[in-house]
Amino acid sequence: MSNQESKAKKSKVQISERRRFFSLMAQSIGITALGGLVWSAYVEEAKAAPLVLRPPGAKPESDFLKMCIKCGQCAEACKNRDSNPDQTHQTSTLLMAKPGDHMPIGTPFFKPRDIPCYMCEDIPCVPVCPTGALDEGLVSVVKNGKRELDINKSRMGVAVIDHHSCIAFWGIQCDACYRACPLMEEAITLEFRRNERTGKHAFLIPVIQADVCTGCGLCEHACVTDKAAVFILPREVALGKAGERYIKGWDVKDEERLKGVSTKTKTRTKRSEKKPADYLNEGVSYE
Amino acid sequence: MSRLYDKYRFLVARRLTQIAVLVLYVGGNLYGWKILTGTLSSSTLFETVPLSDPFAVLQMYAAGAILAADVVIGALIILLFYGIVGGRAFCSWVCPINMVTDLANWLRRKLYLDKVEKKVWMSRNTRYWVLGLALILSLFTGVAAFEFVSPISMLHRGIVFGMGMGTAAVVVIFLFDLFVVKNGWCGHVCPLGGFYSLVGKYAPWSVVHNQPNCTLCMKCKEVCPESQVLHMIGKKSIKVLDMECTNCGRCIEVCDDDALSFTIFGQNENIKGAKS
Repeated sequence: MSNQESKAKKSKVQISERRRFFSLMAQSIGITALGGLVWSAYVEEAKAAPLVLRPPGAKPESDFLKMCIKCGQCAEACKNRDSNPDQTHQTSTLLMAKPGDHMPIGTPFFKPRDIPCYMCEDIPCVPVCPTGALDEGLVSVVKNGKRELDINKSRMGVAVIDHHSCIAFWGIQCDACYRACPLMEEAITLEFRRNERTGKHAFLIPVIQADVCTGCGLCEHACVTDKAAVFILPREVALGKAGERYIKGWDVKDEERLKGVSTKTKTRTKRSEKKPADYLNEGVSYE
Repeated sequence: MSRLYDKYRFLVARRLTQIAVLVLYVGGNLYGWKILTGTLSSSTLFETVPLSDPFAVLQMYAAGAILAADVVIGALIILLFYGIVGGRAFCSWVCPINMVTDLANWLRRKLYLDKVEKKVWMSRNTRYWVLGLALILSLFTGVAAFEFVSPISMLHRGIVFGMGMGTAAVVVIFLFDLFVVKNGWCGHVCPLGGFYSLVGKYAPWSVVHNQPNCTLCMKCKEVCPESQVLHMIGKKSIKVLDMECTNCGRCIEVCDDDALSFTIFGQNENIKGAKS
């Protein structure tokens, strides 16, 4: 009798409401975790597009991606601006990334070789941004106590020249980029260098002044070679950083950074913990 | 003619609204109209009133963005609007994906797919898990996670700015709804639908059932994209209080017996007085 009872017990396991709840929760969490893995892996890859060029006044890329709501009002303002050189209102510097463009989806970018930024003085694309991903403060100067838009403050990228394909470096006279630059003689300067091959000509070599260059891409657009020999890269990609410890001694302003700096600095490494004599004689046996 | 009006008035009104919204946005980009510029993510009405997708703004907040006043005000305006007309009115009256999934659902009924297919079970609460996941992933990835994959914005932005490969996403949703799960995307997965469900939880605008008129033909349940919200049909004269109701009005149209109608406020006494 008691044997039969225990058999019946075994065949009919009681599932309490609490057990049911936790089991179903665990199942849902498991599926959600799987979905989350795939989803986050995609997002992490999709947001890492290091060669994307942003509109003027864009916040640094990681902040920009946080703040851009992907509404496209910047691109619409760009397209419908009156200062568009072709006057059609149908071409736009700013494009919205489509699936397949290999850019963070739905965010504005531009391809200077196709259509560069024409540096409108009223910067129609920036004030329409509802989120501040395009920040008016980054493209403004204070004049007579008033804040004014100044497109020359924008830093969309920086021009880089490939010396091997730039025909000016061959000795052929070309100053297409120099003349296309809206900041001629400031952002691109010409360096005259003697052409030793002919002995009587000069190279007219374009030089990018990275601290002035806005990255508008008018030079890349104007470049005469098959594939542009001057092109825009994001500043974080193209520019290095010297660090605090180097000072331009000939520059009075830079030299001021030395004021009040203690000269009694001591380099501390693992080796400097001991005196040089001790360190050098370490492990030497005198038998 | 009046029968056509009776049977399709809300459907036609919805299609007109959906298309009108798209035309205004497309015109904003293509011809520089200033009525509605931007996209459904965020736009400006008549160059002054900001409007923003509150779910996108919430994800941006989770991602750690500093929110500008414009998007916050825009999101509040939208929240207030859908808080009154029923959150999921967005789904059935504005969202462009609705036209895609409604077509899939219509074909599904015409082809009797429900009678043949193996049932793939999927909880209608999936959307709330996806909603939570979207916020958690926004926190960890530092970007609005759903906005990176949303087929709604892909389609809408695609219509305004160019589709690209976004077409593939829309086709996949169409096929999923047609061949895999009935109302699969809008009724099960879409976290934006889940979000708007929560927004419209206490919306005064809703459908109400008049039980004595009901002949139990069940046409309403057949046509409803969220048929579980019509649990009172033939039982009680009460409002459809389930937040997943999209206020599309299809049930009202297909009813031959005048047993369903829209109501704003009012008729609450019916709910109290109704005991089966």
